[in-house]
This record gives sequence, structure tokens and C-alpha cells, in this order.
Amino acid sequence: MQGSGHAVCLGADIDTDLVIAGRYLRTKDHSLWVAHVFEDLDTSIAPRLKGAVIVAGKNFGCGSSREQAAIALHEAGVVAVIAPGFARIFFRNAINIGLPVIECGITCAENQDVHYDLALGYVEAGSKKYPVRPLSPRMQEILASGGLVNYWKAHL
Amino acid sequence: MTATIVEKIFSQKCGSEVRAGEVVMAPIDGAMIHDITGPLAIQKFYEMGGTQVFDPERIIMLFDHQIPADSIEAANNHVYMRKFAAEQGIHNYDINEGVCHQVTIEKGRAAPGEIVVGADSHTCMYGAAGAFATGIGSTDMGFALKFGALYFKVPETIRAEVSGKFQKRVGAKDLILRIANDIGADGATYKAIEFAGKTVRKLDMAGRMTLCNMAIEMGGKAGIVAPDKITWEYMKGRRKMKPFDLESDEDATFAERRSYNVSDLEPQVAVPHNVDTGVPVSRVAGTHVDQVFIGSCTNGRFEDLAEAAEVLGRKKFNPKIRVIIIPASRDEYLKTLKAGLIEKFVKAGALVEAPCCGPCMGGAFGLIAPGEVSLSTSNRNFKGRQGSTDGKVYLCSPATAAASAITGEITDPREV
Repeated sequence: MQGSGHAVCLGADIDTDLVIAGRYLRTKDHSLWVAHVFEDLDTSIAPRLKGAVIVAGKNFGCGSSREQAAIALHEAGVVAVIAPGFARIFFRNAINIGLPVIECGITCAENQDVHYDLALGYVEAGSKKYPVRPLSPRMQEILASGGLVNYWKAHL
Repeated sequence: MTATIVEKIFSQKCGSEVRAGEVVMAPIDGAMIHDITGPLAIQKFYEMGGTQVFDPERIIMLFDHQIPADSIEAANNHVYMRKFAAEQGIHNYDINEGVCHQVTIEKGRAAPGEIVVGADSHTCMYGAAGAFATGIGSTDMGFALKFGALYFKVPETIRAEVSGKFQKRVGAKDLILRIANDIGADGATYKAIEFAGKTVRKLDMAGRMTLCNMAIEMGGKAGIVAPDKITWEYMKGRRKMKPFDLESDEDATFAERRSYNVSDLEPQVAVPHNVDTGVPVSRVAGTHVDQVFIGSCTNGRFEDLAEAAEVLGRKKFNPKIRVIIIPASRDEYLKTLKAGLIEKFVKAGALVEAPCCGPCMGGAFGLIAPGEVSLSTSNRNFKGRQGSTDGKVYLCSPATAAASAITGEITDPREV
């Protein structure tokens, strides 16, 4: 599985409350989450997310288990999230809804093209190529199916 | 072959010896859903072709985050979940019992040796009852509701060995803030944290719940305390089970062992905007507060409220600040009420609310304005967590919260 997008650089320890605040969790309306994604972190981020690869610092997605955070990013058009480390629940939620999450520490330059290939196991940004440990075959299959729901349907 | 308590639980459930690092499909003994993540989990259950849940008696459903419904949207979520409960024959505690984690443990829905999942990150609290319990997202929960099993990577275990005797008005919350500061916000990612040692053996269930509750604040997949006399005594009347031995082998392979001595531990305060920022209270003493919240799954039990009442004594809360006290469950509320503490709190100037999450998630009521400071016994002080992103949240113990509510500024509870 591969993809590319423009880099949106974020810091470390971005918690899921910052991705989508608790006050927007009353609804099942995905478009509301998209409208308010990262609102409490920086309102200038949301308009730049379509086709973006988020490049964050350590411990991305920490805190609450709210899957709404992964959904908000995915539906806002985020192509993948790259960070040196992810909080466990967010990592799993992202895979489960088909949002690639890549464990890798890279130097981020705003808007720079970032390319990744999960089968071959690398991330490329600027002129630099970073090796990444490939995801397990099952995780890759889940991602390629677009998430656990579709993966499961295909295996019925 | 030696094993950690977590490896023993997974081995028993999987019917074969498994060790940390292995990925297993394990059956689950309980699955908890609430009003925030439940609706999405139910949607996922249906999307996966679910028609009948694996076992209605193993599903714990209740509403606690936005109750009584604070909006039409929340009311709609409640209706959606009630309908699902009725359809599936699931007992729904609805808005009546309190905060999900407290209720799950006190109703005996998590017990030693069990694997319990919850669509909430603080599910790790059930480790206080000797269960392996972990928070999951809604898609995983949809899968769990349908199949009664889930893929798990058996985690390595960090063993926190605690010795020493707490000073007066220093306790489990101060210890876990200290441990979080030591391990860091991601220091236990993908790992379980086992709390052990003489001090933990002496801790009551309330204190053990406070410790396990905050394992997630270090990225932990689970927190756990090996069941002992105190655990089995607590389980009496909640679950029909014969006590059995379940503990890590002394020579088991741990990711690491860390030692803590609490004898010199000062009350701790985590400063904005991360949980691993705990400092001795003396470092932030005198900081003005606008609101004090005593409650949540972390510190809303009778023992916590009794400690706050003890610190309060015959004094009044500072009338210039808001003091919000919320027992974690109906049972805890009743115990507090019978002990005369609710009256005491109300007379001292506090606002006592019915059991729910309250200001902890910043989704319902009790929010703070820009520039305001909240001092809270809950578990997270992330930016915007309790309202405005220009506000600040400090975390502390019930004793420190009560002392500060009297003075109106962060105060060492040993000096009140």
C-alpha cells in the first residue's frame, strides 16, 4: 500500500481531545467532526488537511479512546499520519477505519511532498528516504480493504 | 516457565501458554459501552453484519458522560442505545448508576482473571479487581459485541514496586501522579503496568482503582493489581467466585521494574497541559483557582469524599470559587449521604451533583472560561479538556482539592 500528500507538521503528544473536542461527540454526524477537527489546537490546520500527510511528534493520539478522532482525520482527507510513536488505541482505531499510520520519525517541512510505501517499508520526504518496519500482513490487508468492517465483509 | 500476571490471564483464556509479544484471538468476559462511544460501536456492529450480540449478559451498558441528556443530540444517542439494549436483551443501567468504570467494578462485572474491554480509555481501572481490562475504539467494540473475542497483542509488563508508608493526607493519587511523571506520557505504550509491593497490598480498593485508572495516562494498555484478600473481600456479594491464586512469578520477565518509596512523597499536582507533569504541591502552592472539581472515576469514591470532608473539617469552602462535588456512583453517593457528608459539603458551599462524569470530559457542564483555572481530582488536564483552551486544568488528590477549595488557591493539605 502506498500514497503521498503534502506535509502538515504537528508537535508531540497531540491528544485525541485536541483532534476532536468532547463537546462535538454528541453526534454521529461525521461532517461535524470534520468541521471541527483540530479546532482546539490551531484553527488554521483544518483547511490544509485535504490530501495531507500529517507528520507529528511522539505519542500521537494519546488520551481518550474516541474513534471519532481517527474518523475526523480520515474524512477530512488526511492520507496518512506519520509519527515516531502512536498511542495504542488511536493506532488501532486508525487501522480499523483504513487510515494508514506509520511509525517513523522524520524531519518535517510544511507542505513538502511526502511519499510512503507500506509494503516496501519506507517513507520519502524531500530528498530523504526513511526505512519503516512494515506493518503485519493482516494490518496491511485491513488497510487495503479500507478498514476492519470491509475486511471482515470480504472474509465472510 | 515463569509468567507475569497478564501472561497468565491470556494463557488461561486462550487455553495455551502465551507470552508477551504474541498476537492472540482471546475471548472476552465483558464489554462495556457508554453514551459517547457506544452509538458508534453499535453502528459498527451493524455494519459488520451483526444481528445478535455474542452474549447480552456480558455486555455492560450505561450512560454517564452526558446525563441527564444535556442536549437533544445526547437524548437521541440515549434513545438509540436504549433501543439496542431492548432489542438485544442487554441490561441497561441507563443514567441511573454513575460513571461506567466505577459501576462496572462495583456491580461485579469485572473480576480476577477475566478479560474485559470497554469503549473508553480508562477501562484499565478494572485491573484493580484483578482483571485484564483495556480500552478499545468503536470498531473493535463492534467486533467484540458480535464475536465475543478480539485480537490482542499480549503486552509486556512494567512492574511498579511500591514501599513505604504514606504521610497523612498523601495517598494513591499522589503516588500515581508521581509514577506518571517518572514513566512519562508514553513510557508504558503497549505495556501493562502492574502495581505491586507492600504499600499496594495495604491499599484499599478505592486506592487501587485510582492507580489502575491512570495507567492509560502513561500509554498503558492495562493497569493491574494481583488479587489478594482485599480484592476477594470486595468481590463478596458482587460475584460468586471461589478465591484463587493469581500473581506474577517473582522471576517472570518484566519489561522493567521500577521502585517507589512513598514515605517522603509530598502531595503531587500535575500542571497544565499534560498528565506527566506532576510536581510537589509546594511548587505551585498559591496558584489561584476558579473552580475545584472533586469526583470522576479516578477519585469520586466514598473514601475520596471522606478524605475531602476530613480536610474540610468545620471550615467553609471559599465563597469566591465554585466547588463541584460528584460521587462516582449511586452506591458511593448513598454511602456519602449516610455518613452525613453530602450535607456537610452543601452547607460548606459546594454544589453536589448526581453521579456522572461531570466536568471531567468538558462535554457537558462545569466548563471553565478563557483565563480560568480548574483544580480537579480527575485524570486529564489536556488543553481544552474542561472547557476553554485558554483555561488551565491542574490535577491533584481529593485532599489537596479540598484544602485548595477552602483557601481559593492551590494549598498543601497537610497545612490546613
